[in-house]
Amino acid sequence: MADKILKKLNIKVWRQNNAKDKGKFETYTIENISTGSSFLEMLDILNNKLILEGKDPIAFDHDCREGICGTCNLYINGRAHGPDTEVTTCQLHMRKFNDGETITIEPWRSKAFPVIKDLIVDRNAFEKILQAGGFISVNTGGVPDANTIPVAYEDAEESMDAAACIGCGACVAACKNASAMLFVAAKVSHLAKLPQGKIEAKKRARNMIAKMDELGFGGCTNTGACEVECPKSISITNIARLNREYLKARFSE
Amino acid sequence: MSKFFTASIGRKLIMSLTGLFLVMFIAVHMTVNLFLIFDDSGELFNRAAHFMATNPAVKIMEPILGLGFLIHILWSFLLEYENWRARPVKYDKKNPEVASSWTSRNMLVLGALILVFLVVHIIQFFWVIKFNPESMKSVVIQGVQMEDTYLLVSDLFKRSVVYDIFYVIGGILLGFHLSHGFWSGFHTLGLSNKNWMSRLQIISRVYAIIIAVGFSVIPLYFLIKF
Repeated sequence: MADKILKKLNIKVWRQNNAKDKGKFETYTIENISTGSSFLEMLDILNNKLILEGKDPIAFDHDCREGICGTCNLYINGRAHGPDTEVTTCQLHMRKFNDGETITIEPWRSKAFPVIKDLIVDRNAFEKILQAGGFISVNTGGVPDANTIPVAYEDAEESMDAAACIGCGACVAACKNASAMLFVAAKVSHLAKLPQGKIEAKKRARNMIAKMDELGFGGCTNTGACEVECPKSISITNIARLNREYLKARFSE
Repeated sequence: MSKFFTASIGRKLIMSLTGLFLVMFIAVHMTVNLFLIFDDSGELFNRAAHFMATNPAVKIMEPILGLGFLIHILWSFLLEYENWRARPVKYDKKNPEVASSWTSRNMLVLGALILVFLVVHIIQFFWVIKFNPESMKSVVIQGVQMEDTYLLVSDLFKRSVVYDIFYVIGGILLGFHLSHGFWSGFHTLGLSNKNWMSRLQIISRVYAIIIAVGFSVIPLYFLIKF
């Protein structure tokens, strides 16, 4: 079955030359887009058109294009990763849009994620949070035997669910407070649930929260928007666990 | 410990603790208020009001309650300002309804409206009872002389339709505020997990409805009956 063709689309997109530039919206029209193409393919087609016209193509981040790297971060029509659930932008298809529609594309907006160019933001803040405590310090040595450290099934499942986080930053983008609480909660939780992660649990919670605050992310008000917009549907119950871990760490000082 | 309250989680813990403290107060306040509609002679409510005004335990709690209100209100404005600063460039197009409820995003708006209600409410009742009892009529119930608090309240509700509506709106606003605030408070304390989160959200809604209906029914009772 052939895919429907969207005859005409208006693309309203944020253009900003560099971090210091003020930036503004530009609107482009694009014709004959297949509903079977992905959102990024549509942008590729638009960029080809812009290059042929001698204009500067739109800069946007992308890498694996199969929903696992967390690079393709676009805020489309007022939603992180656009109008679909449990997808990154690369998995979003043009069948989610209507013919003649104006599609607004913006970069993630957060003090901690400054714009580098157009739609690309600097997400180093997430790396800094991970470097503050998102690891375990053990001598790896040789490969240990499987099941030498028993892990309860429930714990393994919850840990894996939290570890599904790809660090795309949709939680920050979707949050009204630009809070990174779900990201930090996922990173703290997947280690806190396993025996290997328990040794540094207190230090980890303290240091990661301190780094998160220092970088200028907002606070959490439990609206739950992050969970809905998360491509991996990471539960906000992880935030309750993060709160618990943090309180334990602080009160046992 | 100073580090604790400057960190984001410590700061929201203060909102949660003061909020849950006010949740408890609201339950007591509504229970006492409901005496208004269960005895038209006013004796039941007057005795309850007299007990609340003279009991030493309540007297100790009174300034703590005031402090609870003050911290919860001032802190919320500070936190909202800081959260607002975390996104210096706002989005051009927003579509937040898909991902979160209006109530959860507008706790400050609801809170500020409740604050307006609270100020009027305090001037009308608490201030008069506490600092100007001479202006009130007194009654003698079972040999004890006390202020006729029932008359003060029932008179206003019988007299003014505007204030009846004002108090009904106050109750409803509080209900909306609590429907998110109640479970959110527990979540912030870490007392939530994959089983308990949905349970807390249900309890939160039920509690919010009880409070909203409980408070609203009082002015409506006087409006309809008298």
